[in-house]
Amino acid sequence: MRVLKLGLVQGVFGGILGWLFGFALVIGSRLLLGLPAQWNPNLTGLAAYEPAVVVAGIFFVVGFMIGVGAVSDWLKWARGIDTPFNHGARIPGTSELARYFNVDYSHKVIGIQYAITGVLLLGVGGTLAMIFRLQLAQPELNFVPPDVFNTMISAHGMIMIGGILLGVGGMSNYLVPLMIGANDMAFPRLNAFAYWINVPGALLLCVAMVIGGWNTGWTGYPPLSAQAPLGVQYFFLGVFFIGLSSILGSLNIIVTTMTMRSPGMSLFRMPVFVWSAFATAIIQLTATQFIGLSFLMVLVQRILGMGFFDPGGPVWSEVDKWAGGGNPILFQHMFWFYSHPAVYLFVLPGLGIISELLPVFARKPLFGYKWIAMSSMAIALVGFLVWAHHMFVSGMSNYLRVPFMMSTLLVAVPTGVKFFSWLGTLWGGRIEFKTPMLFALGAISVFLIGGLTGPPLGTVATDLNLTDTYYVVGHFHATMFGGFIFPFLAALYYWFPKATGRMYNERLGQLHFWLMTPAFWVMSLGQIFVGMHGMRRRIATYEVGLDIGTAQMMVTIAGFVIFISVLIMMFNLFVLARRGQRAGANPWRSRGLEWQVPSPMPEMTYAATPVVVGEPYDYGKPGSIYVQFAPAAPALHTGASITGGD
Amino acid sequence: MDQGTHRRSYRRHFIIVSILVAIVAVISIVGLWAVPEFPSASTQAITVNWLFDLHLAVIGFLFALVMVFMLYILFVFRRRAGEEGDGDHFEGNTKLEIIWTVIPLIVVLSFGVIGAVTLRDVTAAQENEMTVNVTAFSFGWQFDYPEQGVEKATTLKLPVGRPVHFKLKSLDQDVIHSFYVAEFRVKQDLVPGVPTELRVTPNVEGAYRVRCNELCGTGHTNMLADVTVVSQADFDAWVAEQKAAVSPERLAAMGQELHASQGCIACHNVTGEPGGVGPTWKGLYGSERQFADGTSGVADEEYLRTSILASQERLVAGYAAVMPQNYADVLSDQQVAALIEYIKTLK
Repeated sequence: MRVLKLGLVQGVFGGILGWLFGFALVIGSRLLLGLPAQWNPNLTGLAAYEPAVVVAGIFFVVGFMIGVGAVSDWLKWARGIDTPFNHGARIPGTSELARYFNVDYSHKVIGIQYAITGVLLLGVGGTLAMIFRLQLAQPELNFVPPDVFNTMISAHGMIMIGGILLGVGGMSNYLVPLMIGANDMAFPRLNAFAYWINVPGALLLCVAMVIGGWNTGWTGYPPLSAQAPLGVQYFFLGVFFIGLSSILGSLNIIVTTMTMRSPGMSLFRMPVFVWSAFATAIIQLTATQFIGLSFLMVLVQRILGMGFFDPGGPVWSEVDKWAGGGNPILFQHMFWFYSHPAVYLFVLPGLGIISELLPVFARKPLFGYKWIAMSSMAIALVGFLVWAHHMFVSGMSNYLRVPFMMSTLLVAVPTGVKFFSWLGTLWGGRIEFKTPMLFALGAISVFLIGGLTGPPLGTVATDLNLTDTYYVVGHFHATMFGGFIFPFLAALYYWFPKATGRMYNERLGQLHFWLMTPAFWVMSLGQIFVGMHGMRRRIATYEVGLDIGTAQMMVTIAGFVIFISVLIMMFNLFVLARRGQRAGANPWRSRGLEWQVPSPMPEMTYAATPVVVGEPYDYGKPGSIYVQFAPAAPALHTGASITGGD
Repeated sequence: MDQGTHRRSYRRHFIIVSILVAIVAVISIVGLWAVPEFPSASTQAITVNWLFDLHLAVIGFLFALVMVFMLYILFVFRRRAGEEGDGDHFEGNTKLEIIWTVIPLIVVLSFGVIGAVTLRDVTAAQENEMTVNVTAFSFGWQFDYPEQGVEKATTLKLPVGRPVHFKLKSLDQDVIHSFYVAEFRVKQDLVPGVPTELRVTPNVEGAYRVRCNELCGTGHTNMLADVTVVSQADFDAWVAEQKAAVSPERLAAMGQELHASQGCIACHNVTGEPGGVGPTWKGLYGSERQFADGTSGVADEEYLRTSILASQERLVAGYAAVMPQNYADVLSDQQVAALIEYIKTLK
């Protein structure tokens, strides 16, 4: 019975009610008009009721949000009812664990909700990959039929992206307030709303697989997506709502960063992760609308017949170019105007984590702090000017390919600054190889593969060969793993003792690293190799004649090794660590604000106001202090001053 | 350690690591160049391969630079057992940051210029181009050779050394496909409603494949077409063979057979004798016809087609409307064309 009281359960219940209401609303209004309930008598099942299913999907989200309680306080405000700001268990007496299944306003709870949901989604997406990689392990296997295969790769792509977005949300929501010395985000209720709307969004994405699936890839290009099975509609809706979460969440991050920093924390005294989270939030706030809108336009093209991207029948002529209505290439421009910057928003927080961890484990200042901070902003800015490099063969104007090539290559410059500054940070250090540090270093090596395979895709002539082959798959997975997955894992290991007060098992952590990193290298290089030997992207099988079976087998095996190594981490963090050693306040001897309070942290992290009096990464400088707690609390010494210099 | 010892040991480390970087860079560049290349078969591929090899050189160098530097640092500056304390304190070096901003900037801008020039080379129009119209549909390919008069070929045959200008389109109401022959190293999407083009000069004889390179649905994986690049002589022979099937002579011969087998001969003679149930076919093509409704017109191909498929629309004055109206169902398009070709030969 107590389970039924959980917000998550009530949300699902509300969602189902909402779905039925939406479905009945549309069907009912058709019946009132005397029309048959089915739109398309040629189709069977839900597909015959597509518009009703779409509207029902929207009401599913509405019902979920009401049911879970994400809008309750706002509704009370509307009625003039007082809503005390609950920081702590929602209902006194319920377990601490129950907070994670309810609407909770603590940014620490929300951050963990984001991270766990993200890990779950990454697990679903990864499992899909394991299945279709089995089919690709050898040529001309076909136990996964083409339509199922297409659904699986499409779902793999978007579910992984959803998982990454949630992981990014987890890191930003958990860490930004901690790092700037705030007790919560600027808008805690909005924060909870932004997290919870991901849940019905992710559910829609998963349901899309079973209501017909879709065959468009994660890119959802029309006209294919305008003709795809019903599942594509829930794919659009799922992405739309996860995107809404991005927009609201990033608004919160920007306001929090700008207004809630501790006294003395000037912008250039912020931990560098906050800079990357800030740059990320700018991208999310300003670009996400474009993917939402582009998907929404295909959605209504399907159910309302608005031909945004429909070139129409045989009407094309030089004189009357778009008499048929729309232009399929327009979609690609709108889609990539978000989806390229999106790649940078996936990796910037991760690169921030690398910059954050290296100084701690090398016991050295971050080399060129301002350059690293500004390179994040530069990547965010330049990232807006490069979208059409995804479209070099799309049929857009020939001459446009040159300026987009130039802007694309420019991205290499701020990225290079990060690499070189990391090396500068490590140089002359006392480097300690704990699991988080290993993953940060592994991230650099993997992101290097991603970075170095980028320029051949940037110059048009070589892109004409490589685009839409498995080379792109290799390049993209290397950037995602190096820029997000590895740093995210580093962050999980690094902040785990802070969040739980317990230490994970270091040996298993090291095993995880030493399994995953070499395996990733093999997988990535294998993907790149087969891509250059005739392996196209998104094909369900390939010809024996291409002679790439061995490389493909290695890619698949490496993929499984990665999958198993992640399971080891789950076991380590979620099972073993329950009885792990007590971690203490500052096991890494970090100078960061959050490490100066006990682990796990109190409900209000900073009872006394932290006052920033120095530089964040002054390791190795005797007597240097980053933060003092005012006024009564005695000045807590930072890592550097505890250990002293040499 | 005091600052002086540090500087000296830094300089020593820097020299060692620079030498290591240089060695590994050479090894990785040579190694990357030695990776077996997928066969290539067009002049455009030469440019693309050249640019890619240039990329590989930079990749090999940067790989060595970052990885060797990093691994060396991790080894030399590792925390040794029992060692406490922090690393050296320095916060950055503006001169270095400027150097590693400006040099990469120059390199990428150079690549931008090289990229533009190579793009111009692989897309440039050539002299003596042969046009091939490519039509993609879910899930297949069709090739038309307007210059040679070959239509609706299902495989792509190209003469070696002759520049080809592909004019690409996807059928209306279809989806986006992509024309890619890996050996040619270039590809182009085919978009419904948006004509696109691609230029390829095949330079090695052999058998290749067009593979659709843009996910287009259920049949995407198997959306393939054979490509053969052959000598000019073999290509001409192939064209002749293709046209032989549909050449006017062959068509006319077929038409003569149909004239007898389909019973046309019962009403339409080919000798020019008057008095038949229908008009004679001799001298019919290109003649002036007076119609029952008082209008007149020239007996062109269009008229002949109408007269075969729906004769009563343009009934010739003086004849009764007795011809069967079911020839659209009875005769194939090719058979209709064959009859027209036959009529054209009856001068």
